[in-house]
Amino acid sequence: MSVVRVVGAETEYGIHAPGTRQFNATWLSTQVVHAYSRETSHRAAAGGETRWDYTDEDPLADARGWSMPREAAHPSQLTDAEPVLTAAQIALEGGESGDTGAPLMMNMVLGNGARLYVDHAHPEYSSPEVTNPLDAVRWDAAGDLVALAAVRRIAATADVPEINLYKNNTDNKSVSYGSHENYLMPRSVPFAHIVSGLTPFFVTRQLMCGAGRVGLGQDGSGSGFQISQRADFFEAEVGLETTIRRPIINTRDEPHAVAEKYRRLHVIIGDANLSQVSNYLKFGTTALVLDMIEHGTAPVLKFADPVTSLREISHDWELQGTYLLADGSRTTALDVQWRYLKAALAHAQANGSSHPETGDGHTAAVLAKWEEVLTALGTDPMSLAGQLEWVAKLSLLQQYRNRDGLDWDDPRLGLIDLQWADIRPEKGLYYKLLQRGRMQRVVSDESIAAAVQAPPPDTRAYFRGRCIQDFGAHVVGASWDSVIFEVPQLRRLQRVSTKEPLRGTKELTAGLFDNNTGLQDFLSQLLSDAH
Amino acid sequence: MASQEQKNVSSRPEEEHVEELPVPAPGADSAAAQAATTGVDDLLDEIDGVLESNAEEFVRGFVQKGGQ
Repeated sequence: MSVVRVVGAETEYGIHAPGTRQFNATWLSTQVVHAYSRETSHRAAAGGETRWDYTDEDPLADARGWSMPREAAHPSQLTDAEPVLTAAQIALEGGESGDTGAPLMMNMVLGNGARLYVDHAHPEYSSPEVTNPLDAVRWDAAGDLVALAAVRRIAATADVPEINLYKNNTDNKSVSYGSHENYLMPRSVPFAHIVSGLTPFFVTRQLMCGAGRVGLGQDGSGSGFQISQRADFFEAEVGLETTIRRPIINTRDEPHAVAEKYRRLHVIIGDANLSQVSNYLKFGTTALVLDMIEHGTAPVLKFADPVTSLREISHDWELQGTYLLADGSRTTALDVQWRYLKAALAHAQANGSSHPETGDGHTAAVLAKWEEVLTALGTDPMSLAGQLEWVAKLSLLQQYRNRDGLDWDDPRLGLIDLQWADIRPEKGLYYKLLQRGRMQRVVSDESIAAAVQAPPPDTRAYFRGRCIQDFGAHVVGASWDSVIFEVPQLRRLQRVSTKEPLRGTKELTAGLFDNNTGLQDFLSQLLSDAH
Repeated sequence: MASQEQKNVSSRPEEEHVEELPVPAPGADSAAAQAATTGVDDLLDEIDGVLESNAEEFVRGFVQKGGQ
């Protein structure tokens, strides 16, 4: 695998009903899922909800080779059980559920192969599996349009409160919520190599993919700007948790694929990105670094204190600081990125993946953008205001400070930071810049809109999405590695396993869907061919 | 730039912040600077028009429950 590898993105949206605190956040999140189910015909029977198949979920398996005992886990780590939201639970957590008579919908599998569901107290869109960084940007941005469609539907519904969604990672009151990346890797790579190869990269990649934040510290009470939304919330170097004691390297070992062959590296340190260039570099450069780790060509360096350096680099938006390495020398964050880029250039040239004619078609472009951005960060960071999210946000904030003489703790700057991430194009400040041609696109608006409906053609997400599109009324459950059908006239459910992420593609299965009009035909041919 | 500077002076109680901010050198390529400034003013005007009305209250009201 190289920069071309199976990846996926997860976005937990901030959710807010303006002007009221009477509604429970989990209930509000169910309304988002419910609204989207009314918006699309891609839904299963049984009340419109596609149940999640939890058979292969194993959130307590640790990649270092052990499992956390269930009784030792924080309740938020038990993501392998169906969440049940009851009126009693809502009452316990405080807030009202609203009295709409609408079902409390927790989960949907979409026709584009994605999952839309309620995770903790946020609506989450998990993108379908894709094979390259451009598609990662495309199907992640498609999730923002899914969320937008839900918000629009809610705004037009009389008995549900107005709900805003924000693609950010903190409320600046000590709470953070994630945007995660998933990378498929061969299981043969020792986990210790992943930790040593990735940690310095993750401590510094925020220079390219930080989303920018007003406020310092977990509760945002410190006055100032910082590069990353998430940095202040990380407290450990390696660990299994995602909601407490957050680690730079997360060890959750749920492959959602053939476990003997693959691991799914679950990355929790990233900021949610609206900026396409930042998002593109996030997926592209990380995939390249993983390729180097797999082949033993990653640079060898170690921060003396990665957690502290992560935070200090985030706070150092003027890029002045130097940071102590384990060997006693000091480095800038930018120099660490240069070391990774130089190693990646040599690595890709050696294996041919960046060759203009015979390469994989993606690696050369990622390397070129990476180099362009690092060069500009070293000479004139503000020249990247049309590309990098934190620089774009900082530039806007500085214009306001310049015009109105605002201190960093002025509530208007806090509002600009928050409203930057409003997913509505008429309110979101990122979208205001995009509309004025001030933010660079890497994928077209048309292709993002198409990705709301269509699954990626080159992974098993194609099979999942087509099952929902063609036979949604008979899909009673699904997960990353299964689709479960209820067949009329049959008493048993039919579970189709999809454990190979690169099977179930358009090339392999489109004919099956196109040639069969009925579910039974389809299933009998599918199971006899064993695609 | 004149109108912008006047605004700065009138609404800025603390002088020390002026010095931190990048201010274009007066008289430097005036046409381009003028165009850029106009663009900036336009942008801020448009954003003024869409910002939620009570910043302090809105930001305070944005309270999330824990996530991953």
